[in-house]
Amino acid sequence: MAYFAQQLINGLVLGSIYGLIAIGYTMVYGIVGMINFAHGDIFMIGGFIAMITFLILLSFGLTAAPVVLLVMLLVAMAITALYGWTVERIAYRPLRHSFRLAPMLSAIGMSFVLTNYSQVSQGARVKPLPPIVTGGYTLVEHEGFVVQLSNVQILVVLTTIVLLAIFTWLVSRTRIGRDMRACEQDQTMASLLGVDVDRTISMTFVIGAALASVAGIMYLLYYGLVDFFMGFVAGIKAFTAAVLGGIGSLPGAMVGGLAIGLIETFWSAYFSVEYKDVAAFSILIVVLIFMPTGLLGRPEVEKV
Amino acid sequence: MTTISSDHVKASPKSDIAFILKKAFISAAVALVLFSLMIGVRTEAGPTGQLIYWTRFDDLAAIVAAVFGGSILVEAARRWLGPIGPGTLVPASVQGVVAQSGRFLAPALLVFTLLVPVIFYNQRYILDLGILVLTYVMLGWGLNVVVGLAGLLDLGYVAFYAVGAYSYALLATSFDLSFWVCLPLAGLLAACWGVMLGFPVLRLRGDYLAIVTLAFGEIIRLVILNWQSLTGGPNGISSIPRPTLFGIPLTNDDDGLAALLGIEYSPTHRIVFLFYVILGLALLTNWVTIRLRRLPIGRAWEALREDEIACRALGINTTTTKLTAFATGAMFGGFAGAFFATRQGFISPESFTFQESALVLAIVVLGGMGSQLGVAIAALCMIGGFELFRGLDQYRMLVLGMAMVLLMIWRPRGIIGHRAPTVYLKKAEAISSDLVKEGHG
Repeated sequence: MAYFAQQLINGLVLGSIYGLIAIGYTMVYGIVGMINFAHGDIFMIGGFIAMITFLILLSFGLTAAPVVLLVMLLVAMAITALYGWTVERIAYRPLRHSFRLAPMLSAIGMSFVLTNYSQVSQGARVKPLPPIVTGGYTLVEHEGFVVQLSNVQILVVLTTIVLLAIFTWLVSRTRIGRDMRACEQDQTMASLLGVDVDRTISMTFVIGAALASVAGIMYLLYYGLVDFFMGFVAGIKAFTAAVLGGIGSLPGAMVGGLAIGLIETFWSAYFSVEYKDVAAFSILIVVLIFMPTGLLGRPEVEKV
Repeated sequence: MTTISSDHVKASPKSDIAFILKKAFISAAVALVLFSLMIGVRTEAGPTGQLIYWTRFDDLAAIVAAVFGGSILVEAARRWLGPIGPGTLVPASVQGVVAQSGRFLAPALLVFTLLVPVIFYNQRYILDLGILVLTYVMLGWGLNVVVGLAGLLDLGYVAFYAVGAYSYALLATSFDLSFWVCLPLAGLLAACWGVMLGFPVLRLRGDYLAIVTLAFGEIIRLVILNWQSLTGGPNGISSIPRPTLFGIPLTNDDDGLAALLGIEYSPTHRIVFLFYVILGLALLTNWVTIRLRRLPIGRAWEALREDEIACRALGINTTTTKLTAFATGAMFGGFAGAFFATRQGFISPESFTFQESALVLAIVVLGGMGSQLGVAIAALCMIGGFELFRGLDQYRMLVLGMAMVLLMIWRPRGIIGHRAPTVYLKKAEAISSDLVKEGHG
C-alpha cells in the first residue's frame, strides 16, 4: 500500500511535466492542424537554458533557492518562447498553404536542427546538476516502506497548478485567448472579423514554448540532469498524452499527461522498467485505434 | 504577398535600404537573444563531476554578424530579384532540359553503375561506398511505394529494415539456412509486420499515421534492445554468414569460387559480388514498382494519395489498397535489411534508430516523392555528400534538418518535381511540379 502511494505521487509529478508539454502540442494542433514535431526539442532547449542560467547565477554567488528559481523561470521562459516564435516563423509560416505533408516534414527537419544544434553547441555528454531544492517530508512509515514527498515534487505540482490557472485565464478571459479560440474554429472568418491570424498563431507557439520551458525546468529539478536527446522521447510521450486526452482539448492535455505519467510509473514499478517506453508507445497506438478522439476530444468531421 | 513586394520594388531605393536594414537589425537582435546562452556559454562536466562553464562571446558575435549579413543579402535579393520560388530559382528552360535529359539520364546512370566494379576494381573504398549508396537507393525505392505512391507518411520504415536484418541473422545463425533461402523469408516476415502495422492504422491519416508509425518503429527497436535471450540485446548478433553464389562460397578454400574457376583468390571478389547483389535487389524493387504502377493496384495507390474520400466514393477498397502498399514497402525494406545483415556480418539495435528512418524519408522527399530517378539521385547526393564531409560528421543532422526545411519551403515537390503521368489519353506529358498538388485527404 505504501509502495502504491509512493508510486502514485511519483506518477502525478511525472504526469504534470508531460501535461505541460502536451498543452503545447494540443494548442498548435487545435489552431494550425499540424503536429509540431519540434516541440519536444523546445522542451529540451528550455531545460538547457535553465541549466546555463543556474550556472551563471551560481558563479555570481547567488544561491538563495527562491531567487534562483524565479530568475531561471523568467529567463528560460523568455528565451524559449523566442525559440518557439522563431521556429514558427522560419519553418511553418511559409508552408501555411502548402500540401498536407509539408509542415510535418518541415517540423521533423526543425526537430533535427534543434537536437543537433544543442549537441554541437553544448556537447553530447549528459549535464548533471546539483540539487537546487532539497528536503521533503515523510508522510507514512509502514512495515519498512516509507512514503516520501520531496519539496521538488511539491514544487513541480504547485507550479503546474499555478501555470494552468494563469493559462486558463489567458485563454478564456483575454483578448489573445479569444482570438485563439476564434482561429481554432474558423481562420478565414476570424480574419474577416479583424483577428490577426498570423499574430495569433505566433502567440500560440510562444505560449506553448513557454509552458514547455517550464516543463524543462521541472525536469531539470526533478531528475537533476539535461541532455540533448531528452526531447525526443519526452516529446512523443507528451504527444501521446495530448492524443489520449483528446487532441485540441486543453483540459484533456493535462488529464492525458497525468494518465501517461501514472501508467508509466506503475508499469515500471510493477512490470518492467525496460519496457516502460514500449508501454507508453503502445498506449498511443491503442488509443488511436479504439478512441481516436481521446477522452475529452470532439469527433473530427470529415470534409471534402 | 506578391503585390506587397512589387509595391516595394517601385518604391524609392532609400526607403528600401532603410527597410532592409531595419529587418536585418531585428533578425540580428533575435539571433543575439536566441544564441546568447546556448552558444555564448559552453557548459561541461568538470574534473570533479561538477558542471563548469566558460564563455564563447567571439563565436556568438560571429554568428550574430552572419545572421545580420545574411538577412541583408536575402532581403536584398528578394527586393530586387522578385519573390524567390521554384520558377525563379531554376529557369523554365533548364527545367525543360532536365525533363528531356531525364530520359537518357536513367539509362546512362544504370550503365555507369553496372560498370562501377570494373572501373574502380582496385578502389575498395569506392566499392564500399557504392554498396552503401545502393542500399539507401533500395530503401528509398521501397519507402517510395508507401510515401510516394500511396501517400502514407511512414516514419517507422526502419522497423522493417530491422525485421529483415534480424530475420536473416537469426535464421542463418540458428538454422544454418543460406542467404538465398533466407532472403525471401526475410521479405515475407517484414511484409507480415507491414500488414500488422497496417491494420491498426487503417483509419488514421496524415499526421496521426506518421506518429503511430514512428511509435511502431521505436517499439520494434526497444523490443530488440531488451529481448536479450533472442536478439542479444545491445550486443547484437555477430558472425552472420556471408552470402554464397548459389552454394559456392566466395572464400579462399578449395571449394571456393576462385578455386573452382581456377583464378587467383582476392577479397575484392566478395565486395564485387555484394555490389551486384544489392544492385540486382534495387533494380528488382524498381522494376516491381514500375510494373505495379501500371496495374490496377498501383493506380489505386496513386488515387489514394490524391484524394482518399473520392477514392472511396469510386468504390476502391481502401483497406486492401493501404495494406498492400504497407506490405510491399515493408517487403523491400526486409530484403534490404537481410542484405545489410549479410554485408556487415554484425547487427545491433544501434543501426535501426529513428534517424535512419528519417534519413530514408528525407531521401524520398528530396527525390520528389514518386519519382524513381529522383530518389536514386537524392540517395547518391546525400550518402555521397555525407561521405565527402566526413570531418564535419557532427553537423550531419543539422544540415539534413535544414535541407528538409528549406526544401519544403522552396521546392516542396523535391529536386526533380516532374512526374510522368501513368494514365494518359494520347501522349505522355510531364506535369510540372507547380501543377501537381496533393488533395487534402
